[in-house]
Amino acid sequence: MLPTSHAFREGARRALDDAALQQALGMLKTGFRVKRGVAARRMPEFEQLRDVARDLKNHTLDNLDLYLEAFEAKVVEQGGKVHWCRDAASARQVILDICRAAGARTVTKSKSMVAEEIALNPFLERHAVEPIETDLGEYIIQLRDEPPSHIIAPAIHLNRRHVADAFMANHRDLPPERPLDEPRQLLDEARAVLRQRFLAADVGITGANLLIAETGSVALVTNEGNADLTMTLPRVHIVLTGIEKVVPTLDDAMTVLRLLARSATGQEFSSYTTFVAGPRRPGDLDGPEQFHVVLLDNGRSNMLGGEFQDMLRCIRCAACLNHCPVYGAAGGHAYGWVYSGPMGSVLTPALVGLEEAHHLPNASSLCGRCEAVCPMRIPLPKMLRHWREREFERHLPPLRARAALRLWAWLARRPALYRLFADAGMAGLAWLARRRGGRFAKLPLAGGWTRARDLPAPQGRTFLSQWAAGKRRP
Amino acid sequence: MNDRDRVLSTIRRALGRGEASAERLRGVRERLARPPANPVPARAQVSPDRQVEMFAAMAAEVASTVVRVPTPADVPAAVASYLVQHEPPPGLVAAPALEGACDWAAAGLAPRFANAGPEDQAAVVPAFAGVAETGTLVLLSAPDTPTGLNFLPDTHVVVLAARDIVGTYEEAWRRIRALPTGMPRTVNMVTGPSRTGDIEQTIQLGAHGPRRLHIVIVDG
Ligand code: SF4
Repeated sequence: MLPTSHAFREGARRALDDAALQQALGMLKTGFRVKRGVAARRMPEFEQLRDVARDLKNHTLDNLDLYLEAFEAKVVEQGGKVHWCRDAASARQVILDICRAAGARTVTKSKSMVAEEIALNPFLERHAVEPIETDLGEYIIQLRDEPPSHIIAPAIHLNRRHVADAFMANHRDLPPERPLDEPRQLLDEARAVLRQRFLAADVGITGANLLIAETGSVALVTNEGNADLTMTLPRVHIVLTGIEKVVPTLDDAMTVLRLLARSATGQEFSSYTTFVAGPRRPGDLDGPEQFHVVLLDNGRSNMLGGEFQDMLRCIRCAACLNHCPVYGAAGGHAYGWVYSGPMGSVLTPALVGLEEAHHLPNASSLCGRCEAVCPMRIPLPKMLRHWREREFERHLPPLRARAALRLWAWLARRPALYRLFADAGMAGLAWLARRRGGRFAKLPLAGGWTRARDLPAPQGRTFLSQWAAGKRRP
Repeated sequence: MNDRDRVLSTIRRALGRGEASAERLRGVRERLARPPANPVPARAQVSPDRQVEMFAAMAAEVASTVVRVPTPADVPAAVASYLVQHEPPPGLVAAPALEGACDWAAAGLAPRFANAGPEDQAAVVPAFAGVAETGTLVLLSAPDTPTGLNFLPDTHVVVLAARDIVGTYEEAWRRIRALPTGMPRTVNMVTGPSRTGDIEQTIQLGAHGPRRLHIVIVDG
């Protein structure tokens, strides 16, 4: 999809006025967040596994070329094919060529954020290949012609009435008076419609949660079982994934997988975790005749060796989205591209450019909750700060903001002067506030704050002067 | 330069080196040939009997149903008594691997021994292993255990020998690595029936795969 991250402010404002979205986001607090906490506490080794996962992934990234070559050799050994693609255009073309060679008319797809990243669906449609999303959430947003709003729950912004409307409008050969009020009815209808599409598809495209160098296997995790039907029934299976997904061994994969479901949905393990390697073998009664792995770079290799390398450890669990106060208020669409929340704010500028995405690293209070829950211990706030520095260096913020920042920096480097200003400012505000009941409903230069809430007036003296006076307790 | 060389050379340049040194390559090869053991949860490091109990309890937590039978000869009756609750017997298909394993006709069952087709209502398959840690079944693909059986029918019945229940996933992989036939094409780890939370974040069973999962543990 074409990024619209430059319009983050407008998108966020719209999101705040969207009652259905706000209700859905409110459920994050009692749903995913609580469940993750319970699952993490239930496994005493959870914190230790996070360290192990971080270290094994760092080791893999330091040797990425070698592990990718090892993975490729194993895939080839088992009769599969690996396609290296440096950018989105090259990956789209490779996939179209495979589809054409197979004479494909319809393609089933199981949820893949990389496919969203390269805007695969519109490209296939333009070339007379019909893509059908099979993950229920992806299917719903495909019918509504919308991008996903969450990396593991793409239709999280919708309620049952939106889904019923989408099914009524699209499943035209079903009786219009059928009842579609209950989630069960909606699910059964989607299951029946998609079952036919599964059986008829010529090609199945999946993503990958992990690539395993030891065996040339692709690990895929779903709760619905749609990835398995997508890869088992059609004649051709295409795996589309990023180069950073490789891990050395099956043991390493299990360490990461122990963290994935717990961090994502709070499940102990997802319903289906599948390891697949190569095409159908002699004597097999099912499985595809062709097995292709499309390895996409698209800017990832440039993140190696620099301040954003840590981001390549990401396993797309969405814990950082689920715990982010900004995502929790603005939702995913405001971020304007495929990836949202804290991980999106770090990744999007790296993949589509800071010019387009420079608002995103600022859409954070740097509260640190994302890093606290990230199973791969990715220092997201630190990287958001790196982007802010680069944004400043490239003169992307407006002149006034830059001038204010520069003034503040100048002051902050002169502690005595800074304290003088802070003391005077506080005293002034406190004096002003005495006549207004201790709060400001409006204040020049603080309109962004007071538009939505009052600014409480300072009480007493600054922290530093209290500290200096030896008054260390309230 | 083709895309493969381009991607690999960008990676090497970003990592600040050219082709990896012989020593680095040796390190990676060694790690792949002899995978170092990572820490595993202590919860499943218990006696085999306790592992079977833990497997059953964890499986029940994810909405699988579990019964235990004393010997393989008891499996057909256990399957039949489960199926009468849900499906008419005609739609029954079973993995060819189970054909001679027991006397199905004696329990009044006449499964087709084949891969599942769109019409099949229920499938019976053998498990390679069970993992106590999370109540997870490990199912391998082979000519006599096709993968489609695990996903197409509404009802998924899995036969698991108690002695094949292990503590952790890693123990199951050790057994798979030791197979004379090598790594199977597909290894399915199945933890409960199919489910989705995509409508209003509420879990419902039976999304695209089986609506229900029944596990028959054979003790003897
Ligand atoms: S950054 Fe961490 S928490 Fe966020 S999706 Fe990636 S792995 Fe999960």
